[in-house]
Amino acid sequence: MTAALTALPRRSFVRTGGIVAALARIAFAAAIAYRSQFIVWILATNTPLVMLALWSSVAREAPFGHFGERAFVAYFLLTLIVRLLTGTWVVWEMNLEIKDGTLSQRLLRPVHPFLVYAVDNLAGIPLRVLVSLPVAVVVVATVARAELTSDPLMWLAAPFAVLGAWLISFSAMLAIGSLGLFWESSIALWDLWFSFYFVFSGYLFPLELFPRWLLRWVAVSPFPYTLSFPVETMLGMTSRADVLSGLAKQYAYGVGFLVLALWLWRRGLVRYAAYGG
Amino acid sequence: MISVQHLVKHYRVHERPPGLLAALRSTWKRDFQTVRAVDDVSFTIEPGERVGFLGPNGAGKTTTLKVLAGLLHPTSGEVRVMGLDPRTRPTELLRSIMLVTGQKQQLLWDLPPVETFELNRAIYEVARADYARTMDELVTLLKLEDLVKKPTRQLSLGERMKCELAAALVHSPKLLFLDEPTIGLDVSMQSVVRAFIKSYSDRHKATVLLTSHYMEDVAALTPRVLVIDRGKMTFDGDLGVLVRKTRPDKLVTLSFGAPVLPERLAEVVGLTVESSPLHAVLEIDAVAMKKVVARALEGLPVIDLKVEDAPLEEVMADFFAQKGGGA
Repeated sequence: MTAALTALPRRSFVRTGGIVAALARIAFAAAIAYRSQFIVWILATNTPLVMLALWSSVAREAPFGHFGERAFVAYFLLTLIVRLLTGTWVVWEMNLEIKDGTLSQRLLRPVHPFLVYAVDNLAGIPLRVLVSLPVAVVVVATVARAELTSDPLMWLAAPFAVLGAWLISFSAMLAIGSLGLFWESSIALWDLWFSFYFVFSGYLFPLELFPRWLLRWVAVSPFPYTLSFPVETMLGMTSRADVLSGLAKQYAYGVGFLVLALWLWRRGLVRYAAYGG
Repeated sequence: MISVQHLVKHYRVHERPPGLLAALRSTWKRDFQTVRAVDDVSFTIEPGERVGFLGPNGAGKTTTLKVLAGLLHPTSGEVRVMGLDPRTRPTELLRSIMLVTGQKQQLLWDLPPVETFELNRAIYEVARADYARTMDELVTLLKLEDLVKKPTRQLSLGERMKCELAAALVHSPKLLFLDEPTIGLDVSMQSVVRAFIKSYSDRHKATVLLTSHYMEDVAALTPRVLVIDRGKMTFDGDLGVLVRKTRPDKLVTLSFGAPVLPERLAEVVGLTVESSPLHAVLEIDAVAMKKVVARALEGLPVIDLKVEDAPLEEVMADFFAQKGGGA
């Protein structure tokens, strides 16, 4: 782990901050330049709204577990917000760049490509907030207000839980993307990851609806921490102690995937063929 | 500046015949071939040298440049660039080098080139005053005033290449790897880029290693050439020596003030490479040249005379043919 981390450029915090600020400014400008593509992506993230409509109509007849109609509304609107804030696409970018040799341009610069990928991704968040903020206001001001937690400590933990969810998704994508240096393409593995994410993260339905025996297995996987955990924190569905242990597990997974990604990256670069000029 | 000892780089390439059956078969059994892209190549380059890297397609030129730039890891051999191992891509090295390729670009496609320049300023931590001075110089020399604020995607190939060069030089690298920097450019743009590279190298005492299929690039920029063919180094030395060794004969072009009959021409100067009533081109060795030229001046209505080496393209074609290769 130490060897992998020391591969990152050794520069002072302030100097790195200057570089990150420049990268963020450029990435934000690029995100605006790709505005039509961005809007399409936002629209493509509407699955929680579809699920909201579905589960709300089911719960209208009778509550489903602890979930009544209002609880489903709150759950899926928060799911949409967390998904918008934590969604990443770096695995496709890495695979394409490895395949066509564009990665070479990143490797020539004295800044670690992982840092550039991260800033690229995070720079899109202000635009996503523009979309998610009105949704959040609707949630708070209308139907679901009573469903949200009133515990200030839970709200203190919520941003860290969202950041942790992003860290797991992003680091896992970096690790899978780095496998593109070994294989011709690692997109298929990401598709596999995403299929598990769909079911076990709480994206399609709350994890509480799983049978208990399956939930025990799902709980030890990283998937609940990529979505369900921050949503449940905001809904007050977990105790303070569970939130703390959840955060610990979440960051352990995030850092673990990051270390794995750095390790795969360093070994993969030995095999990089830099095709295409 | 650069030391390469017994560099070897092999690729393992998957091969399969065309057709659906072959495609299906390759899903469970794949045939691989080892391509010896670079095979035991050694050379050194001193600081401030400009060196041309010549060879037919697939000779190993670009592979060698990529190894030197730290993009590829050698199969074996030792490579040192500025005393450092490029495989580890040390920050100190990355801050001092740049690889410019005519086929891949670092310019941000949807943003104006000035955004890439600014990004590089931040990444390479160039002081604002130095950046302003460098940009003034680059914008003037490359005539970029009207280009830097337009989106890159709206620039022509030549305009993009000029901006690409500017982006590569924001941090004033001491070592430039140029891989086909004039590819696809028209003649006048090639000349601008060529003059700029020479001027940059002279002013900054920068070391340049250049590959190009345009022999004008090589003739104008690099007194020393390395010739590589099928991964093996076949020549390392002065370009003039390579030309004299390969094609020792000179081309003599005679222009006449009055038409000359072919019989008379043959009688005075012997065999010609090409001829018309008003001009003739002879290819003769340096020893016989004085006598033949004297006879032509005396016996023919010569109004102009030009002596030159064979075109570099022909010299290189001959060189590779002599070495048993094929350009």
